[in-house]
Amino acid sequence: MNRPTVGVLALQGDFEAHAKALADVGAEARTVRTREQLEGIDALVIPGGESTTMTLGVESEGLAEPLRDFVASGRPVLGTCAGLILLDRDHLGLLDVTARRNAFGRQLQSFEADVDLTGLGTLRGVFIRAPWIESVGDGVEVLAELDGHPIAVRQSNILAVAFHPELTDDRRVHRWVVTTNGGPPQ
Amino acid sequence: METGTFRVKAGLAEMLKGGVIMDVVTPEQAKVAEEAGAAAVMALERVPADIRRDGGVARMSDPNMIEGIQQAVTIPVMAKARIGHFAEAQVLQALEVDYIDESEVLTPADEAHHIDKHAFNVPFVCGATNLGEALRRIAEGAAMIRSKGEAGTGNVVEAVRHIRMIKGELRRLASLDPVELPTAAKELQAPLEIVREVAQNGKLPVVLFCAGGIATPADAALMMQLGAEGNFVGSGIFKSSDPERRARAIVEATTHFEDPERVAAASRELGEPMAGLEIGELDAPGGGGLLQNRGW
Repeated sequence: MNRPTVGVLALQGDFEAHAKALADVGAEARTVRTREQLEGIDALVIPGGESTTMTLGVESEGLAEPLRDFVASGRPVLGTCAGLILLDRDHLGLLDVTARRNAFGRQLQSFEADVDLTGLGTLRGVFIRAPWIESVGDGVEVLAELDGHPIAVRQSNILAVAFHPELTDDRRVHRWVVTTNGGPPQ
Repeated sequence: METGTFRVKAGLAEMLKGGVIMDVVTPEQAKVAEEAGAAAVMALERVPADIRRDGGVARMSDPNMIEGIQQAVTIPVMAKARIGHFAEAQVLQALEVDYIDESEVLTPADEAHHIDKHAFNVPFVCGATNLGEALRRIAEGAAMIRSKGEAGTGNVVEAVRHIRMIKGELRRLASLDPVELPTAAKELQAPLEIVREVAQNGKLPVVLFCAGGIATPADAALMMQLGAEGNFVGSGIFKSSDPERRARAIVEATTHFEDPERVAAASRELGEPMAGLEIGELDAPGGGGLLQNRGW
């Protein structure tokens, strides 16, 4: 891809941090708040934020079907934290996992930890009122675990992580969005 | 695992961006706020409009009341401590609230010193009326800033003044030559190190929300267009005639602030907004005074 355009779902959450990270890896970031803004983008990021707020935004905007179509098109989709939750079985149903919200606890228990992510190596993970993944379907590859719980998974063109790569200066995860065509992280 | 890092504290504010944080006084109101799409709730015993009406000393809320709200919702729960009252803040941390607002809405406990916020693992949000005040709070460890506005008035004029002041001073700072920054730091009464960082980046190192007087969807859109990264709404929702609709409408306007048609649609048939107060009357003798003048 030659300077890809990457959409960042901007209903609520840390979409600006993702936009900055995407600019760092040479992409043009575009905020997505409507169906029309999903057109003409090469990849999509669903950011962190409050999953209840974002879910209501998806409903009121009628974005569920367009998002399903986008995932079905095979273009890369990255979800972080609330983005992971939004993609799971109980929400958009695009990722065959069940996420447990706020599984690591309240803000007082929010933390940073090193994460070994298959294909990318060791990353600093920033976990903020973070979910973990309770159960994983057959087509889902677990890429990283913490305390025995999956915290990073890939299912075809979707990469979803429970932490916030956009809040560090390490750009390996965002490079996946623009260089791998939705393949395995490397 | 490392807890309580500044990245983790400021990070939660990043997650709240583009959202609305609503004052609630009961678990039922907290549910209404969550279902309307609030990104967080502020748990308190009385909304600012009632604190203003009742007078007397306003303090941290009863822990039972805060816990009731924590049990009612899954979104972050914030609570207020008095300016300088680090023991109230310790209690709020023990209750595991997600954010502490060191707030001028409560009666200050210390007339010279704010809380040393670096000493806590729970993050703090603080009010500011100008850039110098914001940077002093950040130097003390605040992980999020909100413009103060004038709480409990339903009048957005002070919020506009404060956000314009902060954004204007940020632009001015970014335009200065590096050799001019020590003098700027002196004028702002803020640490030079932070002034240099802000001058280089042209923005605060933490998230900036707006607070104080927002009562309508258009108010919310106005503050976002002026550069706020999200809105606190205190009395404006639950002092209106139809809190559920108004809460949804303010969330909608905060998300789609750049789309006047969406803001127009959100503004229809909301019932009566809270009754507003004229700032000049509060500031006059016998008018009760301005909350925004609390904090130093």
